[in-house]
Amino acid sequence: MADPNYPDDLKYHAEHDWARIDGDEATLGITWYAQDTLGEVVFFTPPAVGATLTKDEAYTEVESVKAVSDVVAPLSGEVIEVNGSLGDNPQTINEDPYGEGWLVRIRISNPTEADALMDAAAYVATLP
Amino acid sequence: MSVTTDRRSPWFIAAADDDLTIFDRSRPGRRAFTAPTLDVPERPLDELIPAALRRATPARLPEVSEPEIVRHYNRLSKRNFDLDTGFYPLGSCTMKHNPKLHERIAALPGHARLHPLQRPAAAQGALELMWSLQQALGEISGLPHVSLQPSAGSHGELAGVLLTRAFHEAHGQQRTKVLTPDTAHGTNPATVTMAGYDLVKIGTDAAGNIDVADLREKATDEVACLMLTNPSTLGLFEPQIKEIAQIVHDVGATLYYDGANLNAIMGICRPGDMGFDIVHFNLHKSFTQPHGGGGPGAGPIAVSDRIEPFLPRPQVVRREDGSFDLDHDRPRSIGRLRGFQGNFGVFVRSYAYIRSLGAGGLREASEVAVLNANYLLARLREEGVLEHLPAAYPRLCMHEFVLSGAPMKHELGIRTLDLAKRLLDHGVHPPTVYFPLIVEEALLIEPTETETRETLDRFAAIVADVLREAADDPEIARGAPYSTPVRRLDEAGAARQPVLREQF
Amino acid sequence: MLATVGVASVDDLFADVPSELRLRRPLALAEGMSEQEVFTELAGLAARNVSVEDEISFLGAGMYDTYVPALVDSIISRSEFLTPYTPYQPEVSQGGLQAMFEYQTAISELTGLPVSNASVYEGPSAVAAAGYLAKLHNGRSRFVVSEGVHPHAIESLETLAHGWEMEVERVALDNGATPMPAVDEQVSAVVVAQPNFLGAVERIEPIVEAAHAAGALVICAADPIPLGLLQAPGAQGVDIVVGEGQTLGNRLDYGGPSFGFFAVTESLMRRMPGRIAGRTRDLDGRTGYVLTLQTREQHIRREKATSNICTAQALNALAGIVYLSWLGREGLIELTELLVQRTAYARTRLASIPGVELAHHQPVVREFPVRITGRLDAVLEHCYASGINPGYRLSADELLVAITERRTRADIDRLATAIEEALS
Repeated sequence: MADPNYPDDLKYHAEHDWARIDGDEATLGITWYAQDTLGEVVFFTPPAVGATLTKDEAYTEVESVKAVSDVVAPLSGEVIEVNGSLGDNPQTINEDPYGEGWLVRIRISNPTEADALMDAAAYVATLP
Repeated sequence: MSVTTDRRSPWFIAAADDDLTIFDRSRPGRRAFTAPTLDVPERPLDELIPAALRRATPARLPEVSEPEIVRHYNRLSKRNFDLDTGFYPLGSCTMKHNPKLHERIAALPGHARLHPLQRPAAAQGALELMWSLQQALGEISGLPHVSLQPSAGSHGELAGVLLTRAFHEAHGQQRTKVLTPDTAHGTNPATVTMAGYDLVKIGTDAAGNIDVADLREKATDEVACLMLTNPSTLGLFEPQIKEIAQIVHDVGATLYYDGANLNAIMGICRPGDMGFDIVHFNLHKSFTQPHGGGGPGAGPIAVSDRIEPFLPRPQVVRREDGSFDLDHDRPRSIGRLRGFQGNFGVFVRSYAYIRSLGAGGLREASEVAVLNANYLLARLREEGVLEHLPAAYPRLCMHEFVLSGAPMKHELGIRTLDLAKRLLDHGVHPPTVYFPLIVEEALLIEPTETETRETLDRFAAIVADVLREAADDPEIARGAPYSTPVRRLDEAGAARQPVLREQF
Repeated sequence: MLATVGVASVDDLFADVPSELRLRRPLALAEGMSEQEVFTELAGLAARNVSVEDEISFLGAGMYDTYVPALVDSIISRSEFLTPYTPYQPEVSQGGLQAMFEYQTAISELTGLPVSNASVYEGPSAVAAAGYLAKLHNGRSRFVVSEGVHPHAIESLETLAHGWEMEVERVALDNGATPMPAVDEQVSAVVVAQPNFLGAVERIEPIVEAAHAAGALVICAADPIPLGLLQAPGAQGVDIVVGEGQTLGNRLDYGGPSFGFFAVTESLMRRMPGRIAGRTRDLDGRTGYVLTLQTREQHIRREKATSNICTAQALNALAGIVYLSWLGREGLIELTELLVQRTAYARTRLASIPGVELAHHQPVVREFPVRITGRLDAVLEHCYASGINPGYRLSADELLVAITERRTRADIDRLATAIEEALS
């Protein structure tokens, strides 16, 4: 994805992560800004299904050629699915960060945490 | 400056089979080696090594003749840029001339063919050389007790932090944290973890010095050590070093000197006098061991009296009768870090360097290194380069300096990486790029004392040319290099689908 | 130049150095000398060492008086290999990078593991580095180490393990070989050597089974030349194979520089220490090489790096691949078989001397221990006086005798005669 893009239907975390909340589940990923800053993503280690995520804490890493970035959980919850296709095609995170480049799906453990996340406009205002 | 977009290699390395590996050149039955004559009665192999312990199929080493090997590697060599060929201002790496004399001396059979377990009585020359080098490094650093054992700078760092641990343990203390500035080489934080400590980062102030207020806040009695490079990786001397040492010592911690930048201060000032407890040297930087495309090096350490009991064993010592020996009887030692006595071949070269230059020569080397860096910075300013690539900290530098390519990126549309790649087309090795991490689009330039004024003038002019060219057409730099054996390589592809050995 | 900088003197360049820290005297070192004088002085020191050219040496125990072919010297002394830095700019470092890739291939073949790095410092510290990998991999609390591992390697591991608050448990040898160790779920890795420090070829597979059953890794420190004949440790299930590379085209140099090799299974690839070269393509589709998987390394991952190693031993590893190319597929086997035959001859010859007995009866490739109870001092003294270095003294009564391709039958007979004379 060549140009900056921050969909309105997502919630954003200051550490450049997004959540798409769907009832008591959420899909998580990294933002356009995060993937652009990293450069070409070469490796992603998914957490195990069943792992517990804690809001504001790192739950995995993404690697580009010359950088490693922690991925921070925007919400707490239990991992119910990981994006297995990223193992062979980590560049999908660059190409489609909000779609095919999603990282994990979780069952949300504390729905009120979502209140602390930003909408797209507020997140964009934090970017340099 | 003409724009070269024809990227064919020079004729002598552009043969059609250029990218064959030594394995590709293998053909069954070809060989270079002839075994010495079997001069003992031959016994059935099964009697000596049972078949179950033996390989079923041979290791697939190449089958090639001697002329093929020579030609293959000589041609590979022509695909390397090297210090003997051109300017190599790689910041933090101190790419100074490697005198040819040193290779001759290191190759003498008395050095090169001496077995590491030779009894000390039959290795007096080697032990004396090591002892003398220890004395010299002790004097240069102002810390009298030296172990030559660590194999490289990072290994010396590990030794130093383990010495710190042993020192605190001897005082019944279990400290948990080690401080490093945010400008530190990556080896410092990696060493901290590898030695079993937690890292705490200290900030840098607006002038490029360590943030003393931040240090004061983080220096607690849980801190084991502060690791510091001085001059720092920004090429700046810490003017408040005495205060820093005081803060660190007041909480009972040790002060560690990363000697990567020692080339700025030899004979001018000494880490021991600044209050440091432990120093490592990079003999492959300040003391002319050729870098070999990624080693070998050596990383001796020098320490103060209070750290001495913990030095690695064995230590090279001079006995009362004037003979030299290996002292294994060091009950409080942290132990060994590696086999034998260290990279002796490196010690020979570095000792030859110290004997060649002597006290005055070492000081002059540092003075010229600092003069060359400041002169190059001034020349880059005169050439207008600093308008797009400002000095990260506009003050006098030591032996190296940092420019920031951030304005260049915005104004000219080329990144530091592009500038570096375009420099390759001009026959110079680029400076270190993207380090230190705290400077955006960093370019770390270290010319060393080796270079002439003419070389520095030419480099300044080349950088200015590249920027002028980029102002006209940034695509040229973005696509560079053009004249090298290969163009930019797909590093992301290499990391995604690693191919790390020949596939048969 | 000073005017261009805008200062009046060189001294002014050092304005940031507090005046009380300036050294107000010359360093207490001798003044410099001419090239010729430096050569004379250092050659004088060299002449005071007894090298393997000055005596018939049976010293081994980790480094060996092997023959280094002339083409190795010729190639590694080329400026293009000798004087560049680590290949940070791959476009102008293809020679070094491709050589690393070729080296990795050869190490992978010898060790039987798919992933080799481009070198670490040397053998014993490579064992310690392998221990760090195991610690990062499974976070367990103890290493079980065979005393067949080189003592310098065990000690290097102990030095580092202290910082990790991990224990190192030693397993004594039984008739020269490693007995089945007890491995429980606290064991991070079991460490063995092939052949071991006493020259014995170990039976590794049962040890691997026991370790893997408890979820521990297996680290094997190997001598690379015997691997030409012996089963590859990787093929026997070992997870990490490391070792001392001196015998691959490197000189003795009183212990260094040589290189350490380091190979792992595919699943441990991302915990590997050090540089790794990988093959890729350039913008025009040409084959090329880069340093890869760099996010493991200290310059990127910093305090979370898999190791702190930066400068390693590239030039020595280059000597390694040139040497292995010179030996070639058949040559490595022929060389190892020659060592086996001459060592067997020496072992039999020495064991036939009254007062000399074999310290173990395991199969050996190039090294074996003998016991000379109560008379070893006399034997050493007489051998030295006869221009022979009979080997490495293991203990009051034991001597480790190494045979290299440079030791002929005549040399072995001279050793035997000298021992006989000393004991008669």
